[in-house]
Amino acid sequence: MNLTLKIWRQKDAKAKGKFVTYKINDISPDCSFLEMLDILNEQLVEKDEEPVAFDHDCREGICGTCSLYINGRPHGPDEAVTTCQLHMRKFKDGDTIVIEPWRAKPFPVIKDLIVDRYAFDKIIQAGGYISVNTGGVPDANAIPVPKEKADLSMDAASCIGCGACVAACKNASAMLFVSAKVSQLALLPQGKTEAKRRVQKMVAKMDELGFGNCTNTYACEAECPKEISVENIARMNREFLGAKIGGNKKEK
Amino acid sequence: MTKLNSKTPEGPLAEKWRNYRSNQNLVNPANKRKLDIIVIGTGLAGAAAAASFAELGFNVKVFCIQDSPRRAHSIAAQGGINAAKNYPNDGDSIYRLFYDTIKGGDYRAREANVYRLAEVSNNIIDQCVAQGVPFAREYGGLLDNRSFGGALVSRTFYARGQTGQQLLLGAYGALSKEIEKGSVEMYTRHEMQDIVIIEDRARGIIARNIITGELERHFGHAVVLATGGYGNVFFLSTNAMNSNGSAIFRAYKKGALFGNPCFTQIHPTCIPVHGDYQSKLTLMSESLRNDGRIWVPKNKEDAEKIQKGELKPTEIAEEDRDYYLERRYPAFGNLVPRDVASRAAKERCDAGYGVGPTGLAVYLDFEDAINRLGRDAIEAKYGNLFQMYEKIVDEDPYTTPMMIYPAVHYTMGGLWVDYELQTTITGLFAAGEANFSDHGANRLGASALMQGLSDGYFVIPYTMQNYLADQIGVKRISTDHEAFEKAEKESQERIDRIMAVKGKTSVDTFHKKLGLIVWEYIGMSRNKEGLEKAIGMIREIREEFWKDVKITGDITGMNTELEKGLRVADYIDLAELMAYDALQREESCGGHFREEYQTGEGEALRNDKEFTYVSAWEYKGDGEKPELHKEDLNFEFVEVKQRSYK
Amino acid sequence: MARTGFYQSSLTKKYVMALAGLFLITFLFVHLGINLLVLCKGSANYEARELFNIAAHFMGTNVLIKIFEVVLFGGFIIHIIYGFVLQIQNWMARPKRYKKENFSFTSPFSKFMIHTGIIIFIFLIIHLFDFYFKAKIYGDVKEVIYDGKHYHDLGLLVIDKFQHLGFVIFYVVILIFLGFHLHHAFQSVFQSLGLNHPRYMPVLKTISLIISIILPLGFMIIPLVIYFGNY
Repeated sequence: MNLTLKIWRQKDAKAKGKFVTYKINDISPDCSFLEMLDILNEQLVEKDEEPVAFDHDCREGICGTCSLYINGRPHGPDEAVTTCQLHMRKFKDGDTIVIEPWRAKPFPVIKDLIVDRYAFDKIIQAGGYISVNTGGVPDANAIPVPKEKADLSMDAASCIGCGACVAACKNASAMLFVSAKVSQLALLPQGKTEAKRRVQKMVAKMDELGFGNCTNTYACEAECPKEISVENIARMNREFLGAKIGGNKKEK
Repeated sequence: MTKLNSKTPEGPLAEKWRNYRSNQNLVNPANKRKLDIIVIGTGLAGAAAAASFAELGFNVKVFCIQDSPRRAHSIAAQGGINAAKNYPNDGDSIYRLFYDTIKGGDYRAREANVYRLAEVSNNIIDQCVAQGVPFAREYGGLLDNRSFGGALVSRTFYARGQTGQQLLLGAYGALSKEIEKGSVEMYTRHEMQDIVIIEDRARGIIARNIITGELERHFGHAVVLATGGYGNVFFLSTNAMNSNGSAIFRAYKKGALFGNPCFTQIHPTCIPVHGDYQSKLTLMSESLRNDGRIWVPKNKEDAEKIQKGELKPTEIAEEDRDYYLERRYPAFGNLVPRDVASRAAKERCDAGYGVGPTGLAVYLDFEDAINRLGRDAIEAKYGNLFQMYEKIVDEDPYTTPMMIYPAVHYTMGGLWVDYELQTTITGLFAAGEANFSDHGANRLGASALMQGLSDGYFVIPYTMQNYLADQIGVKRISTDHEAFEKAEKESQERIDRIMAVKGKTSVDTFHKKLGLIVWEYIGMSRNKEGLEKAIGMIREIREEFWKDVKITGDITGMNTELEKGLRVADYIDLAELMAYDALQREESCGGHFREEYQTGEGEALRNDKEFTYVSAWEYKGDGEKPELHKEDLNFEFVEVKQRSYK
Repeated sequence: MARTGFYQSSLTKKYVMALAGLFLITFLFVHLGINLLVLCKGSANYEARELFNIAAHFMGTNVLIKIFEVVLFGGFIIHIIYGFVLQIQNWMARPKRYKKENFSFTSPFSKFMIHTGIIIFIFLIIHLFDFYFKAKIYGDVKEVIYDGKHYHDLGLLVIDKFQHLGFVIFYVVILIFLGFHLHHAFQSVFQSLGLNHPRYMPVLKTISLIISIILPLGFMIIPLVIYFGNY
């Protein structure tokens, strides 16, 4: 396959950045999208140009490191995959592919296609866990969990924190990400104890970091590589409302 | 320095760990605040250790190369985590888990460590459930178990095909909790360059900020390396692209002994290589072997036709299929340990019975399981794996058998550590895959997660206190200290040196070349001649590398080529070390298969008389042959036997 | 946490937006019900427009309704202000836009709520001037007497207006946009309030679709029937 790539190049966080067009030839359709970029980079190095920086790590769709907004869609034109598992057979010979970094105020560009997603970590730090210390916990089978709940919890827990939901959302909202963690823990008896506090702290942090508001367009669900459902968002809305109405007077 | 004192506590096996804890030194809460611990890596071992240290009250600094601590490669483990809970009532016990692990490791691990691992395995499950890890459950609401290679009981806990992810997110949650409290300082996108040693103790690190390219100095009363394995020496492996061996290799160069470097694990169920542009291999969980049956055609002609694409696997009649694992190992069948399954696949392919366009693949067939349990049941168990396979290979595994082939997956070798997980550098600890302990010459499935979390949650928080108890008087050392100055200068020089080469060949080209050599000669099977040849070739690559490597971009700012270049420089040295180790170990054991030492049936032939030891290598300077030290493994509690899975 | 001044979480804004919207939908139904009365021609028992004028009078004079009117205006204002605030925040959340964007599959009208909202807002102002303020402030509306009581002949005002083709088209077009807005709005309320359930969500979506058709259609009938019918 022969392709034209229009790639966002930006030297560092402060630089202005622009699109640069590259031609790339003889790409196998069995090649993954990132391997196609590897080939491009190898060619750039050969020409003494600086290779395109992009985030990637596990290349098996689970670490959530890879990103890329490809032809108007996060993780490109395939359903339920991350960019590293997107294969070139999804494109046609002669296609022009526009490759952009995630765009959102809380995800500033670091270089080329790499953005800083530490905002997600900050949201988790605000309360995305069950506050137990190591040791001194009850036997694992002392806490029965109905299978349906455990399965729903697992559905939510499969979030890889890649940020595609934010990238896809016209409002750059992080609701799917936040609600996935809120749901995972709210569905389990272990997580109930601090559920009210958790949801309020996480939402407050999300707002503080400058993510947009959810307007229920569901682009997040459509683009989530792990197919996390917007039902989680509804669940979080419910949890938050419950916490506001029935919560303690003042949360620290 | 008196080397290789394993510090194994006295007493009967089952009481060693309890004895240790009862008699160890502890640090009082007020003093913990005065002590700093540096943890490198945020995988299961690193995140768990960092969180646990912080909960105890220590000041912790954590470093990772990823953009977030949640992305460490532990996340990619699919199948599950072992524990001796015996919930299924099928006869499991701590002793049995210990025994299976020792036997699975082909009797090349330290008994006391492995027993401790089995002992704390149950605590891990309790801990993870309390953290909200959504393990698979039965309708009664209790935890479900499945079976895994190398065991006759069902002791593996799992969260769909994403167990590693869920366990890591649990540990990441615990770490996040401590970051929020301010007891952990998190440094993302930082790569350790060197260990700083002051008065023979590890007292800090030099780290490179990957975004700015600046070198930074960080002090700690103790340093923990939890940086994973070095499987990426092979270029193609199931490791993540950023997983690397540089941190432990830097420690080795600073004087920490490197244990069993040649023990690498080849995982039998990976998606076969499909092109030379390929960047990494994808693992399919070993759990697939529970329901999948492995076969190749019985007739060579059929295999050849398949390779040419003239025949489909579904067209081959049942009687023309060779279920070679079931044939060779009737007792364990498709569930033999990884090394055995991998070698058997290679044997069939080398003999010309392989399938797929390259002939380097065997089938993993779910037809029977689908007929027996129904498609839905299989989808519920393995849906995400099947989907992943289909995305990569573009074939539907529900209707046509999967193709698999072995690939490098895990390195049992690593920094030599004593019972306390301390390396031969005082104050430098290694946890998880980064150390050599627990798995001997071969790791059983679902044991890596167990070891990472065991080290992190339940071992190192204790042993670290034993070390720090007499360090409470040591004031924080300024990073202006000459040792920091010197270490930073060395790191800077190394960077300058690689940038100054300005050659013509890209880093990846060298890496691929190295990988092919390692795969060919230090891979699934080795022999003397090949290893000697490999050492020569590796040396040539090193020479060429330092003459001709091309690093584009600048020293300052983010430079991915520079990062890769520094890592590949270490891989070259590491590969040589692996070859030395493989060469000296004149026996076959676990993942280390020397062609000269096999039984008449082609099984690994151990030499317990001469090689029941851990090889621990000491760095002796660039270009010098490292010195071999031996830690004898005295099996007091188990009888060392020929491993049999027949 | 930065809770300086008037802080409201994004979720609280969402609830307010949803509740105000839901309230406005119920208002639309009442509004439509009364408006349809204008089409009632005279019969043996009452004159043409009589029912409408009486109903309008009731709406304009009843104390309870008067109070409710304030609430209604409040609902409009809150829905509009929150809509703008949320939208501005959303724009700020992505200071640098994509070159090629929005190829994701989303529910069709959800992306344009602010646009359809603004259109409806502008219409609302015109609409108020056309009828509401005329009746309330200017008072230049003819009077009729039913059963000895004086009423404003607001019905006549309506019928006069819709004798102009341009006006009829304007109303019909705007109402189509209202339909777009409602299509997303109704079912979205339940998502926002967390009242969703996998079993009922498809039903709610269908109801949403029905509302988005019958409400605008109901309102459209009035100008069309007046224009083409014999009023």
